[in-house]
Formats: sequence, structure tokens, C-alpha cells
Amino acid sequence: MIPELGHFALLLALGMALLQGTLPLAGAWRGHPRWMALAHGAALGQGLFVTLGFAALLQAFAANDFSVSYVAANSNSHLPLAFRLCSLWGGHEGSILLWIQMLALWTVAVALFSRQLPREMAARVLAVMGLVSVGFLCFLLFTSNPFERTLPAPPDGRDLNPLLQDWGMVSHPPILYMGYVGFSVAFAFAIAALIGGRLDAAWARWTRPWTLLAWAFLTVGIYLGSSWAYYELGWGGWWFWDAVENASFMPWLLGTALIHSLAVTEKRGTFKNWTALLAILAFSLSLLGTFLVRSGVLTSVHAFASDPRRGLYILAFLGVAIGGALALYAWRAPSVGLGGRFAVFSRESLLLLNNVILAATAGTVLLGTLYPLALDAWGLGKISVGPPYFEAVFVPLMVPLLLLAAVGPLVSWKEASWRGVLRRLRWVALGALACAAALLLALQASWMVALGVALAAWLLLGTAAEAIKHLRHHRAGLPLSWWGMVVAHAGVAVFVLGVTLVKGLETAGDHSLRVGQGATLGDYRFDFVALTREQGPNYVAARARFEVSRNGRPVATLHPEKRFYVVQQMPMTEAAIDRGVFRDLYVSLNEAIKASPQAASPPPPEGVEPARDGPSPAQEGAWVVRLQHKPFIGWVWAGALLIALGGTLAAADRRYRAPRRTEAAASSIPLVPLKVS
Amino acid sequence: MKARHKRLVLLAAALAALALATALVLQAFRKNLVFFFTPSQVAAGEAPRQRAFRIGGLVEAGSLARGADGLTVSFVVTDTAQRLPVRYRGALPDLFKEGKGVVAQGRIGADRVFQAEEVLAKHDENYMPPDAAYALKKAQAGGAR
Repeated sequence: MIPELGHFALLLALGMALLQGTLPLAGAWRGHPRWMALAHGAALGQGLFVTLGFAALLQAFAANDFSVSYVAANSNSHLPLAFRLCSLWGGHEGSILLWIQMLALWTVAVALFSRQLPREMAARVLAVMGLVSVGFLCFLLFTSNPFERTLPAPPDGRDLNPLLQDWGMVSHPPILYMGYVGFSVAFAFAIAALIGGRLDAAWARWTRPWTLLAWAFLTVGIYLGSSWAYYELGWGGWWFWDAVENASFMPWLLGTALIHSLAVTEKRGTFKNWTALLAILAFSLSLLGTFLVRSGVLTSVHAFASDPRRGLYILAFLGVAIGGALALYAWRAPSVGLGGRFAVFSRESLLLLNNVILAATAGTVLLGTLYPLALDAWGLGKISVGPPYFEAVFVPLMVPLLLLAAVGPLVSWKEASWRGVLRRLRWVALGALACAAALLLALQASWMVALGVALAAWLLLGTAAEAIKHLRHHRAGLPLSWWGMVVAHAGVAVFVLGVTLVKGLETAGDHSLRVGQGATLGDYRFDFVALTREQGPNYVAARARFEVSRNGRPVATLHPEKRFYVVQQMPMTEAAIDRGVFRDLYVSLNEAIKASPQAASPPPPEGVEPARDGPSPAQEGAWVVRLQHKPFIGWVWAGALLIALGGTLAAADRRYRAPRRTEAAASSIPLVPLKVS
Repeated sequence: MKARHKRLVLLAAALAALALATALVLQAFRKNLVFFFTPSQVAAGEAPRQRAFRIGGLVEAGSLARGADGLTVSFVVTDTAQRLPVRYRGALPDLFKEGKGVVAQGRIGADRVFQAEEVLAKHDENYMPPDAAYALKKAQAGGAR
């Protein structure tokens, strides 16, 4: 009964979204205040019904209702409750529902906080978001209904892919989608402003906090995915330039460009067209990412769906949404006007360069992601574009961007003097060069490490110089948006330092070890002390104990596991990590090998055979063990979190929250008329 | 400086950045594209001798053997038409299994054994790497002709 109610709630939500997407738009065009006022109520109603539908599906997972095909395909009664609930987004249908739920949350937030907007603007923004929601709700209801029943119900579910049975699965998808979908707000504001023909500083100020918040969510989402891959996939990598990762990284790059260009539009009234275009493109890449991950054109951990009908629908939806938005842009943008003038050396031009570099980077990532798919689709051969391509392109593009990031905040708007800036940056440059020289000469580091550390030092010192300059002059209350910038730029520096050091100095070794044996990696000695058999809720595991010591002194005890998930018949490496501020020690138990090498009948490659009784088979033989030393990996995570914190601080700036009396007066009539005769 | 000049300078800077990006992309593309070949294509000598490429197919049942060091493994990748011996040193992925699909990246050695630098297997029990499935389909189509 409850699944049917959920289905019905989603149908009602579709009705509400249709209402929200059409009448207010017509009202804004024809000047009907009542039609426009509908947007607010319809948005809240849509949010309510989507949430009811979402809750109904959650309930089906919690109650193990395997008559719902989607629950049976993605969950299992032995799965712990938290993982059963997050199995909701373990497959295609639920992920789309999660997308819609996130869109509903943003829509409700916009409806609640749009009271100081002019009536037409609020109506148009909510209408555009309603139309996006219509597209996704139709997709869900007509091609991928999560409430479909199978009768009679299977006795138990097929279980969630073991790789996904982790706390990362609870947090990563919702936060990432929060970011992805959040760009729909910037998109809706851009479309609404283009329809109204008013791209101005006020529009930029309204858009900024939403964009910053979405961007911060996206940053945290990418961080969660990356750190999850680091400990869960079992081989210690954290960024693979995999198409799914790129799908989230491209909107992030354009989102980063957008928050910078929005600053110019708000402060100086310049770059209006470009900002609107970026807002459209950032959301288009979010849609494209959804298409790439959800249509089954990619096949990796994340792509569970392969139904051409769905792919065609998303492709058509992409065409209408992106094509329509760009057509509107081409039609309306030229009439918007140019804005303030600025000199060649000014903060505006530096931010323009920032935007060009970020957009070019997003373009190169897009090319590397889509080119193999296009070749394959047209039957021109099968190729793969791996990390070497992305690294070869990404690093040289990031070097000038990092150089600029330290300079930009020190340069004044409109027109700046070379001399003043150079004088301020003298010590910063000297510090960065000293770091590089010390690394090259004293520590014999490689050129890449020296370059990375020097860039990080340059950005950190430059940001510090900016901070000192401002703190000295404005003792009383610097705006939060300024603090956000400082924290985010410092975060980038910390991130660059972490990436450089972990990439340049990490070491790893594969060893074949028996209980009682040990191996060394650098200064560390890893002793394989014991192996036990463990019974988990839905798996059996071989659990090893490694004592790690450094120069005879004990450092850590690690328990890597090899699990075998019974329902899906799938082995899994569960690595053990000793985390530290300056290094992680990483041990993974890869596979058990039989005592006699080159046996006539080759050994089974997976670690644990659950059917066998008695002592674990591996106690007779050895295990392939991978030992890794990862210096400064924690700094990568800390940097990413600082970047997100910076975005959140900037979004919380007072000037976005305080309703401006002057503008409320200018828009003359508040959204909800107070005087009712 | 006149407004027109300023715009020109900015335009030139933007174009220079784009040109740099394009040059990098083309250079990186030429160097780093990894092509895919089926065991039949490798047997026919179509695969490059000097650069790395990818192969895919099924791990032949009973072909997996391990060296005395416990780390070096050898196995045979087949597309049902041709067989290609592969050598690899290191840990195999969790889902590597005889009789199942696999994709490997590496170079062909002088002894005509494929020296793998990376072995990729599928992500769940029912899923076949698309490249491996392609190799099988192609070999079957070739056999039917």
C-alpha cells in the first residue's frame, strides 16, 4: 500500500511541478500577480509530495518490502539498517529520485528565501526550477519507476554491491547531488534574468550565495567520493580521472569560474553575459554528468543502468534544456549591455584570465572524457584516455592559475599599478623560491615536487600577505565573504602541497607473506602476526593482524581484511590504514596463494572460500600483501575541506541575508501583499 | 591605453591561453592515447610493438599460474579464436577469475608474451568489461564468416 501511495505522491508532485513551471511564467509575461504568486505555493507543494514519495521508498527499504522490484534488486534483509536505507540510491531509479529530492529541497529553499526578490524574478526563477523538475519527474515516472512491484515477492533481495556497503555510501551521493543540483538555482536565476532582460549587479548578488553553497556542497561531495575510493577500493588510489569522477569535476571547474565571475558582475557590473553563460554551462555539465553516469554509456562502479530508452530520454532532455537555454542566451544576451570599463592590469582582467583557464581546463577534461565514447559510438575504434593524458594537460594549466590566485586579491579593481603589487609580492616570491631551492639542493627532491611546493608556498604566503594587509587596515569586522576567499585560497595551497608530496614521495611494495613473516617499506617494518576468521552480518572475512614498527619502536597495529560477500558471491579487499598528520600507512590483503607455487591445478584467485571448514586455507599458504606509505595524504583532504569551508563562509555573508530596504521599496509590491482590504 | 587596445590585449591573452591549452591537449593526446586490440588482432600482428595498448577477453580456465616469488602470475587471455599469454607482477584485482572477463594494459614483449602493467576486472559478478565483451563478439563474428 505504501509504495502505491509513494507513486501517487510523485504523480501529484508532477502536477504541482507542471503548475509551478507554467502559470507563473505566463503570469510574469502577461503581468498577472495572482499567477505569479502561485509559484510559491506550488513549489512548497511539490517539495512536500516529492518528500512523501521519497519517504515511501525509504520505508520500503527499511521494511524489507521485496515485492517492490527496486528494493529486491538493491537490498537484502541481512544488510544493516543504515545501508538498507542508503541502498535507495544504490541503483538507477533511486538515484534519479534522490536527484529530484535534492532539486525539491533547493526549490523549497528558494521559495522560502525569495521574498525580497522582485515578484517577476521570483516567479520566473521558481518556474524554471519547476520545469527542470518536470523533466526529471517524467523521466522517473515513465521510464524508471522505483515503485514497480514483482508478485509474488522474492524471499530476499539481491543485496547491495559490497563496494557500496560503506559509510561513504550514506554521505557521498546525497552531498554530491546537493552540489550538482544546486547549480540549477544559478541556472534558473540566469534564465529568469535573460527572460526579463535584466542581468545586473542585483541579479549577481542574488545568485552568489546559492552558487557558493552549491559549489561548497559539490566540493565536499567530491572529497567524500575521493576519500571513500581511497580506503574502500583497496589499492590506495584516490583520483583516477575516471569518467564518473570527471562528470563531477567538470561542473566543479565551471562552478569555480562562475563564483569568480559573479564577484566581478556584482562588484563592477562587468562580465554579465559571460557570467550568465557560465551559469548555463555549469548546470548543463551537471545534466551531462547525470547522463554519463546514469544512461549506461559508461561502464564502471557507478553505472548500473543500461537501458537505451532511458539514454534517449536523457539525451532529448539534455538537448531541450541546454539547447533551449543557449538559444535564449543567444537571443537575449547581446541586448544586455557591456558594463564598466577596466584597465589591462586590474582585478577584472586577472579574474577574466582565471575564467579562461578554468573553462579551458573543463574543456580539456570534457574532451578526454567524451572522445573515447564518441569514437566507440561511431565505430572508429576503441581507445582509452587515462590519467597520463589528464595529468599532462591539467598540471600545466594549473600552474598559471595558482600563480594568479596569489596575485588577484592584491590587485585593485578597475586599474592597478604594477609597482605596488610587485612590492607586496617580493617577499612572497622570495619565500616560494627559497622553498624550492631548499628542496632541490638540500633534500634532493625532484623538479615536480619542488615546483608543487613552491606554488603552494607562493599561494599560502600571498594569501597571508593579503590577510595581513586587510587585518591591519580594517580592524573592525571584515566581511565573511572576504574570509571565505582567504580560507578557500589557503585550502587550495594546502591541497596542492598534499597532492605534490603524496604523488612525489609515496612508496609501495607488494610482498608474498605468511603469518610470522614480515617486510619493510622505508623505515617501517610490517610484521604479519596473526590471521583469524571473522563472521560479519552478510559476509565472512579473513582478518590479519599486522604490527608496524619504526626502528624497533611500535607504531601501529593494523587489521586488513579479505571479505567474501555471500549473497553477491563477491570478494572484497578491506584495507587497514593508520592515519597520521604527515603520513598514512596502508596495508591491504590482496589474495591468498597456495603453499606450493606453480601447482598443477592453479589456486583460486579469490581470498576466502566460505564453503571450506576448519582453519582458513590461507594459514597454510601465503598472502599477497600490498604495503603503502602515503606522505601528506591527509593534507589533500584538509585542503578540500578548507576550500568547501571558504565557500560556506562566503555564502553566509551578511549582505546576502539582510533584505535590502531600498530594493524592497524599488520592487514596490512584496511577494505576499500585506495589506488585504 | 585606448579602450580598443585594452580589449585587444585581453583578447590576445585569452587566445594565447586557449592556444596553449589546445597545444597541450593535442600533444598529450598523441602521446597518451591507449588503443585496444583483441587477441585475434594481436595474433595477426596488428598491435604496435613499441607502445602500450590494451587487450581484453576471457581468462582461459586453468591457465593461471604463479611464479616462485608468489607475486608473478601468468595467464592466457582468449577471445575464443586466438590465445594470448600474459605475464603480470603484483596483486590481481578482487574480481579476477578464470573463465571471466578481463582487460589488461601493457606491452608485447620480444617473447610474444604480453607484459601487463595493469589488470582490470569487472566490478560485479554479472558485469563484463565492455572491451572484453567486444573482443568476444568480434571473434565470433570473424569465425562465422
